Amino acid sequence: MSQDIYIVGIHMIDFGRYPHRTPAQLGAQAALEALDEADVTIHDIQAVFSGSNYTTMIGQRILQQIGQTGVQIINLVNACSTGASAVRMAYTAIKAGEFDTVLCVGVEQMTGLGMLGGAAPGAIPTEGILGSATMPAVFGESGIEYAARTGATQADFAQVAVKNHHNATMNPKAFLRKETPLDMVLGAETIAWPLTKLMCSVNVDGAAAAVIMSEEKVKQRGLMDRAIRIRGSAMASAPWQERDPIMHDVNGPTRLAAEKAYAMAGLEPRDIDLVELHDCFASVELQHYENLGLCGEGEGVRLIRDGSTEIGGAIPVNVSGGLLSKGHPIAATGIANMYEIAQHLRGHAGERQVDGAKIGMTHVVGLGTSAAVHIFEKA
Amino acid sequence: MRDPFMTSITDLPRPAFPFITIDDRGRPDLVAQRCTACGSTYADSQRVACARCGAREAALETFTPAHEGTLHSAVIVRRGFPGVEVPFVSAVVDLDGGPTLKGTLRGTRGFEPEDVATGQRVRVCFDDALGRKDKEGNSYVAHYFEPVSA
Ligand SMILES: [Zn+2]
Repeated sequence: MSQDIYIVGIHMIDFGRYPHRTPAQLGAQAALEALDEADVTIHDIQAVFSGSNYTTMIGQRILQQIGQTGVQIINLVNACSTGASAVRMAYTAIKAGEFDTVLCVGVEQMTGLGMLGGAAPGAIPTEGILGSATMPAVFGESGIEYAARTGATQADFAQVAVKNHHNATMNPKAFLRKETPLDMVLGAETIAWPLTKLMCSVNVDGAAAAVIMSEEKVKQRGLMDRAIRIRGSAMASAPWQERDPIMHDVNGPTRLAAEKAYAMAGLEPRDIDLVELHDCFASVELQHYENLGLCGEGEGVRLIRDGSTEIGGAIPVNVSGGLLSKGHPIAATGIANMYEIAQHLRGHAGERQVDGAKIGMTHVVGLGTSAAVHIFEKA
Repeated sequence: MRDPFMTSITDLPRPAFPFITIDDRGRPDLVAQRCTACGSTYADSQRVACARCGAREAALETFTPAHEGTLHSAVIVRRGFPGVEVPFVSAVVDLDGGPTLKGTLRGTRGFEPEDVATGQRVRVCFDDALGRKDKEGNSYVAHYFEPVSA
């Protein structure tokens, strides 16, 4: 029987603004904390899977800071799924038997980047002619499609921001930590109706890292006390759909990845105790309730209205405050979501702890499109 | 000096996107591709193969899409990139018979949610690309959507 794979050390730095630090320094900080938690050194690491969308060769730059051991480094660029892709690659590499101890790091320095999106450079700028390619417009269009199908309102979308910002008041690592009542969210500057500024995630600097280990090695080093078992690890791209990629489809790939992750774990949605999902914009959280099978088709609206996804509800979602509050340093986000789940499964989440959490799910989706879903369990 | 009665083809506006053609008299139209194997349509004129069934280029036929369609989704853009005038409506339209096209919806009564209601009928029109020119000074023709009821 093939052995299980575990996270034995995981860390995210406080997301925020670090204009005087380099991406390599941010990544190194996260990596060292993850190594320390795993009780290993850089000399125990046999391979590195690292990712950044805005810095090339990030893994090498990090090892130039913390130890140039000459190991294999593969750098990934996979939009918002980059960090989760690194963990997915570590998982498959260890499963293949090539390695038993692997480091994954995701880093992004984004201060000053401004609103993301925009068409590929051509003869003339196309923003305002070809509609808008900004992320708020693209996700707003996806949200309006969802609203037309389900009856979701702008207030339902805004309520996601209210919930997630509230959760972040209990998370010292989040960038935005303040209560935002419904009227404040709805009254904030409209970026692309139906999305106001408080319904959009913020560009921040951040890094997150994880040490992934084979079962044999975890036992050998006596690390089961902190080990988080990876029960499911799955990724998917956008399956053909009549409007994609004219209108990017974030639903299809998420559904495919979730189906695969549940099957791999031998679990069903009702077995999941908490979820950290990709709320880059408030509206898409409701779409992902359905995509991840947390409710039936068209029931996402009910989940936010009846409080099911709040802390204490049937299926708490984005207890960390989500991307909406933590900020969204693209390549770091995937591992940061796993960090939050690990805290809950270990019972270390403090004020925002989901009581009795045994199984947790993470999800990210990057436009273009790539979705990753992981399911974790405390060893 | 250029002869004002001679118009060379290079003086005509150019298509802003690969799904727009301009004939030798300067008249723009839409162009799209359809897969003869599975029926999928694409807002493109130079595809390599069909993304749905994988049929190669030889299976792709060029056709002229309808100039009317249904508004599938739209948002009201109020914060844009520097130099881009706001507000404007960013729209996704399913042309009758395909394909889906993205573009700017203009001519709405205003910029309120009810003005961009999904399901409404829209038509395609062509116009200068907001006066934008490339480095050589060429002008471009783009497509716009307008409400049919307007
Ligand atoms: Zn086909």
